[in-house]
Order: sequence, then structure tokens, then C-alpha cells
Amino acid sequence: MLLDARGAKDDVWIKPDQVPQVQASHRLVLWEDWAGDSEVQARGVEIPNTLKIGDLLPILGQVELIAIRFGAFTDGRGFSLARLIRAQGYKGTLRATGPLIPDQFAYALRCGFDEVEVPDANANRQPPDVWLRAARSFSANYQRGYATGVNILDQRRLARAGR
Amino acid sequence: MYRYDEFDERFVRERVEQFRDEVARRLDGSLTEDEFRPLRLKNGLYLQLHAYMLRIAIPYGTLSSRQLRQLALIADRYDRGYGHFTTRQNIQFNWPKLRDAPDILGLLADVEMHCIQTSGNCIRNVTADHFAGVAADEIDDPRPVCELIRQWSSAHPEFSYLPRKFKIAVTGALHDRAVVKAHDIGLRMVRDRETSAKGFEVIVGGGLGRTPFVGKVIRDFLPEDELLAYLEAIMRVYNLEGRRDNKYKARVKILVHEIGVEAFREKVEAEYARLDVASINPDPAEVERIAAYFAPPAYEKLPAQSTALDAAMKLNPAFAEWVEINGFEHKAPGYVAVTVSLKGIGEVPGDMTSDQMRHFADLTDRFSLGELRVSHNQNLILPDVKKKDLFPLWQELGKFGLATANVGLITDIIACPGLDYCSLATARSIPIAQAIATRFADPVRQRDIGPLNLNISGCINACGHHHVGHIGILGLEKRGQESYQITLGGDSSEDAAIGDVIGPGLTGDAVPGAIERLVAIYLQERREGEPFIATVKRIGQAPFKAAFQHYVEGLRDHAA
Amino acid sequence: MSAAKRPPLPVILLANDLLDGEVVFRSDKGWSRDPGEALIAFDDEAAVALEQAGQRAYANNEVVEVALVDVSLTGDGKPVPNHFRERFKVNGPTVRLDLGKQAVYGRR
Repeated sequence: MLLDARGAKDDVWIKPDQVPQVQASHRLVLWEDWAGDSEVQARGVEIPNTLKIGDLLPILGQVELIAIRFGAFTDGRGFSLARLIRAQGYKGTLRATGPLIPDQFAYALRCGFDEVEVPDANANRQPPDVWLRAARSFSANYQRGYATGVNILDQRRLARAGR
Repeated sequence: MYRYDEFDERFVRERVEQFRDEVARRLDGSLTEDEFRPLRLKNGLYLQLHAYMLRIAIPYGTLSSRQLRQLALIADRYDRGYGHFTTRQNIQFNWPKLRDAPDILGLLADVEMHCIQTSGNCIRNVTADHFAGVAADEIDDPRPVCELIRQWSSAHPEFSYLPRKFKIAVTGALHDRAVVKAHDIGLRMVRDRETSAKGFEVIVGGGLGRTPFVGKVIRDFLPEDELLAYLEAIMRVYNLEGRRDNKYKARVKILVHEIGVEAFREKVEAEYARLDVASINPDPAEVERIAAYFAPPAYEKLPAQSTALDAAMKLNPAFAEWVEINGFEHKAPGYVAVTVSLKGIGEVPGDMTSDQMRHFADLTDRFSLGELRVSHNQNLILPDVKKKDLFPLWQELGKFGLATANVGLITDIIACPGLDYCSLATARSIPIAQAIATRFADPVRQRDIGPLNLNISGCINACGHHHVGHIGILGLEKRGQESYQITLGGDSSEDAAIGDVIGPGLTGDAVPGAIERLVAIYLQERREGEPFIATVKRIGQAPFKAAFQHYVEGLRDHAA
Repeated sequence: MSAAKRPPLPVILLANDLLDGEVVFRSDKGWSRDPGEALIAFDDEAAVALEQAGQRAYANNEVVEVALVDVSLTGDGKPVPNHFRERFKVNGPTVRLDLGKQAVYGRR
């Protein structure tokens, strides 16, 4: 299941093992394959969460989708990697791929992810409405500088300014 | 103390409802136990040996009488009429039910409390010097910074799934009473030598547990308004590079140790240099807003000495002893901070009944401006007592068994819950603490021995801080029996040190005798006015080890 | 788990109730809070049956921390865990004899 802040959506990206002959613009290539192939014309890449941001810099301008693999939902490296990628000015789609749980959806969005792709087994237990509800758990947050959501410190500042 | 504004209030309420929803999803099976466990831990809910256990945050150890009364109410309504104060300035209830947990969180929210991040692999409840704001040796009150960190770390989108738990402690004083060098990050308030601007010495990679380390300084001076951005840089380096292949090697102390403090510092500074710090740090008005809550109360102008106190001390030696042992110098003349021992002889260290809580809350209102503190030594503190009020306070405390005069002495033992409650424990801690306290109960003898920190942990995770006890005791399992390993020379002060194991493990009943032997060596070797730990540092471990060895051989002969 | 990984016989099955956390024992009537009612498995077949009942109850979100525990029998035939950790678990805190199962069902 693929979903973004609005709900479930179709996945237009195709991994090469699913359909071998597919248009380059929709191909999602594993980092391991990308790195070894100078002919790659795919516009999507799936990277491990252990990848160093420095290794990714040369291709940031070439891709439209970066999917960060979460091996386990308890492994939070992907959140920091997403932040670093966004900090480099990457404007394409950022996807979290793996067995994340709905309670992490808001965190993922705030760290700069656009969408989350979870295995079907998880989606069966946790359908899109649960994810959307979980994402709305907090109406505001304390941390400044994160992508989405209302920030409490800035709200306080506004309130002070308005007094 | 800090009071919630509308945003804090809404945040905590939303957290309660979030957890209520998570519990419901666990019960209907949409969350598996493996998925639910980290969520309940981040709300302080453990599953222990006999029942669930709820750990409630007491941020930087500051509590109001109103909050204490609410804890008493929760203890009676949802638990078994008592709570346990922990070594991280939290309180735990040992018998709550999962089904009740959301309602308990609601009752806590009613008094501006929560259980957020009192467990789990995230930034934990931030701790501080329990004499913050009243200590005479303080550069500044560390609690405004702690409150800033509390808010910043709450439900952090990036740092809620760290390799392992992450503990931050702050002290604003010259003497370290917050054990900052045994934390993942320790912040020591300092002044810049030239400008005398306030800032922090930043210490990283301390910790106890399986592999104890004293923390290392990575920044001599960090200007105080740069703190959150710098913390973000540290956390990002740790989140990305901390080990995740082995939970025993996942703390930041291992990363710092493996790559070296220089390399760690370089990574942090490189990340920090990249950050747009202005977008992260709070504006000065926000810092001032928080700090205003911690402004000193309007102290009465009192003479430094109280004739009423002096007279009462002369007439009542037991009271005088309590004042001398449990009193702590206050920065305001005529005032004193008083530590109220939760270490009555033979009692469970850190336990308090709901009746005691209510009574104590009343005394807090009457004698200390309605505010109290919780120390990592599992004692309570009345921070703002007038010297002339000490005698009636002492009398009232005595009615509820709270007037024990033993703070800092050998019976003021830090002990984790151990295997009487904890599912991680390998042996019991509390009965050992009780046996030692009973053995050394004689007040004259305790005072003669003088300051001695004795800390007991029921497993290698070291919640009882055994590594930094002058004498440490670690409960382990050995061939199907509880076995206790004794360490010597640990120190939790600004001269932080990890104790050394002095010999083979003992059965629980042999431990008090072993402590007697160590104390005897000290009494024999000490110089005039020299406390236990100073003697250990001066003469070294050898005489103690020899005495211990002799004791162990005697046990064997006796058994044979 | 394989027979090699199971504790030595005889065994009982204990767990914590998911909703309230209390220690429960597999009995002939389902889960019981009374350690005296624990079913005792004296052979592999019975141990496997206990184990499977535990797995089903876990999957069904009834209990957590399910474990087979090796026991000895008291004079009256009641099971007592051999390891001190589980003995504490079926009794309660040794420093508070007024709490836990020992206060309700007696100490073992």
C-alpha cells in the first residue's frame, strides 16, 4: 500500500523485477544496481538507510523519486537521512518504504517524506484511515525547522507579536 | 515552577488520546505486540514481573503539592496505595492495568504531568540538580533549559526511534549533583572566561550499564542560546551512526568510544556548521517566557541565623542531628533546603505511601511554598524552608515516618526495584538494601562512618547506579542463585569515577558482613576528617581487597 | 519451540494477561490467576499442547510474555517453579508479602 498525506494512492513507479521492460521515467532502481550502472536512465532510486548523504549528492539532481528503505519500523535512521536529503535542496518525491506503523506517519511527513509504502500484510491490519487519523494526532509540535505542521514556538511568537 | 500554556495543555491531552487509540488498536489486533511495545514504552508503560508498571515523568525533579496529591489519588484508585521514586527523578506505580493507563494519563494531564518518553529508545525525561534554583554554589538555575529540552524532545519527529535510550542531565552548579558525566549528554553550566557570558560545557558519551564510561567533553563552551541546534547536531550524528546491530553496543557512549571523541566531535561540529541554527533555536522571548516561571520566589528578609532553631537544636539532639545531616545551605539568608529521606531503616528505598504523599503535600504547602523536589538519590527535598520552621516541620514529618536523619550516610542507599518487581533484573536489590540499612541502623555509628554512597543494582543495566557508588553492589545470577558483586571507589560527583570489582560474588546474606569489613578498613585507616571515598582514593584498593578476600575465605571455611 | 529448547519436565505455562498485566496460568478451564490451578505437563505431548495453547492465546491478543516454566511439586502436588525468578513471579514481591499472588493464594 502506498499512501501520502491525503490517503492511499496508486504507485506509478515500477521496480525492474516487476516488469523488466518499462519506460525509464517510471523505473525505480535499487541503489545497488544504480551505483554499478552508468547507463541507468531511471528517475527513481531506492536506497538503504545506511547510505551516506555524500554518496547520494551526485544524483540528487537526476532523480524524481528517492525511496528510503526502513528494515524495521524501530530503525529511525531513515528519518535523519530524509532530513539530510531535504537539506540538500532535493525537491523530488521522498518515500519511506518498509514496515512502518501509522503512529510514525506524522513523523515521516515532518522529516520531509511525501509518502509511505508499507507491505500488504501491514496494510491489511492498518488501513489508510488509521494512518490518516494517526497523522492528525497532534495539532501542533514543539520542534522548529521541520517540514510540515504547526509549530508551537512560532505560534507563541505570533501570539506575543499580536499582543 | 513551569506552568503549561494552552499549547502544552493541548499537546499533553492529544498525547493521552493518541495512547488511548493505540491501546484500542492493540486490543483489536491491528497493532501487534512488537509494534505496540515501543509505543507503550514511550508512554512509560512497561510489562514487569507481576504486572504493568507506569513510570511518570517528574521533569528535572520539580513537583508541586497539587501534583503530589494527584499521585496519591492515582496510587489509591488505580494502584496499591504507594509509589516508588526512581534514580531518574521519576515515580513508578507497580500495579496499573493496561485498560486503565489512558485514564491515568488523563488524571496526570489534569495536573500538568505526563509519562512521555520515560522509557523507549528516545530522549528520556531530562534530569537536573535537585537543589536547582536554591543552591548557593549555582551559576544559574538549570531548569529553564531543562524545560526547553523537555518541550523540544517531546514527540520529536526525527529522534523518536534512536538506536537506544538517550539521557540528558543538566547542572548549573559548581558541584555536580546531577551525575552529568554518567549521561549520554551532560550539560554543565559555565561562564565564558573573557565575556562571562553563560553557556554550557557539553559532555557526551557517559553512561553506566554493561559498559560504564565517564563522559567526555566535546565542547568547552557552547553559548546558551545555541543549545537546541547543537543538540540536534549531536542527535543526528548518533541517530545515523550509532550501532543498531547489538543493543548492548547501541548507546552513544559506545559510538564515542569506538570512533574516538575527536572523530565524534568533528562529525558533530561538521553537522552543526551546516545547520541553519536560527531556524531551530527558540527566540529570546521564548527563553525568557520559560525562565520567568523559575524566577526565585519572594523570599522574606530573614536573619541568617534563627534563634528559634538554635534553641530547638540545643534542647533536642535528635532534631539537631536531622538538621545537620539533612539540611542543605540555601542561597537566601534564613532559609534552608531540607532533604526528606525515603530511606527509613528497613523500608523500601524510594517508596512512599499515598498517606505519606498527602501528608507531605500539606507540609510542602505549609513550609515550602508548595513546591518540592525529587532527587536521583530517591529522596524528596523541600527547597524553601525557613530555618525557624524546621522544628515544627521535623515534628510533622516524624508523624509519618519521614524524619530519618541519614542523608548521604551509609543507610541512604540507592536501590533499583530489582527482581522483586523488574522483569529485566537478575537478582533482588531491595532486601539487600534493607539488610545493610538494618545492620548499620545505629545513628551514632552511621554518623561516625560519615558520608558514604552505597548503591545497589539488580542487574547490569545499573538503574541503581552501582558503578558510581563509593561502594557498589551488583546483583547477578550465578548457577541458579542470586549472587552479589561488590565494587569500590565509584564516585558520582564532579570527580566521577567507575568503581572496581573487589572480589568474587557473594550470596545475599553475606553482603552486610562484607560491607562491615570494608567500613572497618576505612575506620582504621582514615585520617582526621577524611571521608570514606577520600581514604579509598588515598590508600588504594589493596587493603580493602585483602580484607574482603579474608572475609570470603572465612565464609568458605565456615561452610566447609 | 523444539523439545531441546523447552525447559525440563514437568512444566507449567504462564503468561501475563494483556489487558491487566496479571500473571496467569494455563489451566484446564483456560487461563487462571491461581497458580494452584496450573496444568502440569509431565511429558512432551502435554508440554507441546500447553505451548500451542499459549501461542494461540498470544495470537488472539489475550496474553503476552508466554513461557513454559519448569517446576517441582510440593507435598500436596502443587507446582513451584525451579528458578527463583519465576518463583517470585508466581508469589509476588518478597519485600511486600501483602501484595501479589502470595497475598491471595498463599506463598509457595
